[in-house]
Amino acid sequence: MRIRLDRERCIGSGQCALAAPEWFDQDADGIAVVLAEDVPDQEAEPVRQAVFTCPARAISLDSD
Amino acid sequence: MSSSAEVPFYPMERSAACPLDLPPQLREIARDRPVSRVRIWDGSQAWLITGYDEARELLTDPRVSSDQSRPGYTFAAPQAKVFHNRNRSMPTMDDPEHAVLRRMVAGDFTNKKMEALRPKFQEQVDELIDEMLASGNRADLFSQLAVPMSSKAICAILGVHNEEGVRFAALGKTMASPASTNEDHVKAVEGMRALLRSLVVQSKTEPGDGVIGHLVGAGELPDDEIVATALLLMAAGHGATAHMTTLGTMALLANPDQLALIRDSRDPAFIANAVEELLRYLSVAHLGRRRVAIEDIDVGGVLIRAGEGIIVATDTANHDPHAFEGDPDELDLRRNACHHFAFGFGVHQCLGQQLSRVLLQVVYGTLYRRIPTLALAVAVEQLSYKLGLAIYGVNELPVTW
Repeated sequence: MRIRLDRERCIGSGQCALAAPEWFDQDADGIAVVLAEDVPDQEAEPVRQAVFTCPARAISLDSD
Repeated sequence: MSSSAEVPFYPMERSAACPLDLPPQLREIARDRPVSRVRIWDGSQAWLITGYDEARELLTDPRVSSDQSRPGYTFAAPQAKVFHNRNRSMPTMDDPEHAVLRRMVAGDFTNKKMEALRPKFQEQVDELIDEMLASGNRADLFSQLAVPMSSKAICAILGVHNEEGVRFAALGKTMASPASTNEDHVKAVEGMRALLRSLVVQSKTEPGDGVIGHLVGAGELPDDEIVATALLLMAAGHGATAHMTTLGTMALLANPDQLALIRDSRDPAFIANAVEELLRYLSVAHLGRRRVAIEDIDVGGVLIRAGEGIIVATDTANHDPHAFEGDPDELDLRRNACHHFAFGFGVHQCLGQQLSRVLLQVVYGTLYRRIPTLALAVAVEQLSYKLGLAIYGVNELPVTW
């Protein structure tokens, strides 16, 4: 699975970093940063939660 | 279109016996129809969205506007109409204008920055509880703990220090006090505005370390907009977290088994989860998120036409059994509720949400541990509530120990 983040859409809510701190962080302006793009299936749950709770719908998790 | 006689009036009344529950009539509507018509204070009609999925869809739909100057926008009250016409700010702007302003301040509210303030908030909450305990065995939890805690926190974020902080707190107290008349309230807001303006001017020669200093330093906004932004953060920061503190305490006192869980826990992850559940359960922004459709939109099998007002009842969506496991009308601190809409959803989701989370984790994690015998000093029926304002809450919460 691969994380896709649209930084233009991101509003800096920090929901992704809260749900999946292993995979997301925020830069100094609050905008989300992906720490690693490739997610093994068995570790995808928190990332799915980040996708769902992102209020700007800026994240998706795609199959390779 | 139904005749106005059949269309229910919104907001509906809560039950006096269960003041924290959703209004019974609203629950009934939500059970039957995720999208329905309601009448509001000015006699006009609007769409009421009560379903979780429908709320999620509309709050992220670019065909839905937050611009209050558009015809058809549904104001929560006449005062809101007057206030907002004079104070255009982030929540009333659409993208791309909104995004530009939001991005200027988002960096001051990151999870890491809020986390770094936790020790300072802990110290402030401990001091306020010390003062309460020193004053006897009875206090008003709203004015002696909840309001000053929120006030100190938002001052730290804005970059308001020392003497100004004291004046800020006094004005904030007038703004929040049930004894204040409308006139007092307007005066306090004007006083706050004047104080913020002087801080903006001061920041030009002595760059500050908070939001005001950063906005002045960036040099991209006129002074008026910096003042409006700071005033918005101030007002938002004062109310919601303070009311979450008092209503959360009421909810926990009414559910002693749940209170015991949070009081006896030393696990930050459990307390963080408990705060999400309290945010979901109470959803203090109780008059819905107001919007207007700018194109025709099909949602939940209903056609909302361009120019029609929309009220997204996020409190009701937060009690939608399709979205939350178990019985969402029950408080269950072990529930996974992190996908709630207590901070809204979409691009206008609360900017200060992480600030609020950290503060609530600190206060809920401290208060009942330090005062295990905390109890209401009056009967629940004797409490009076703030009803007309965007945030639901009690005017005061007398407690004893």
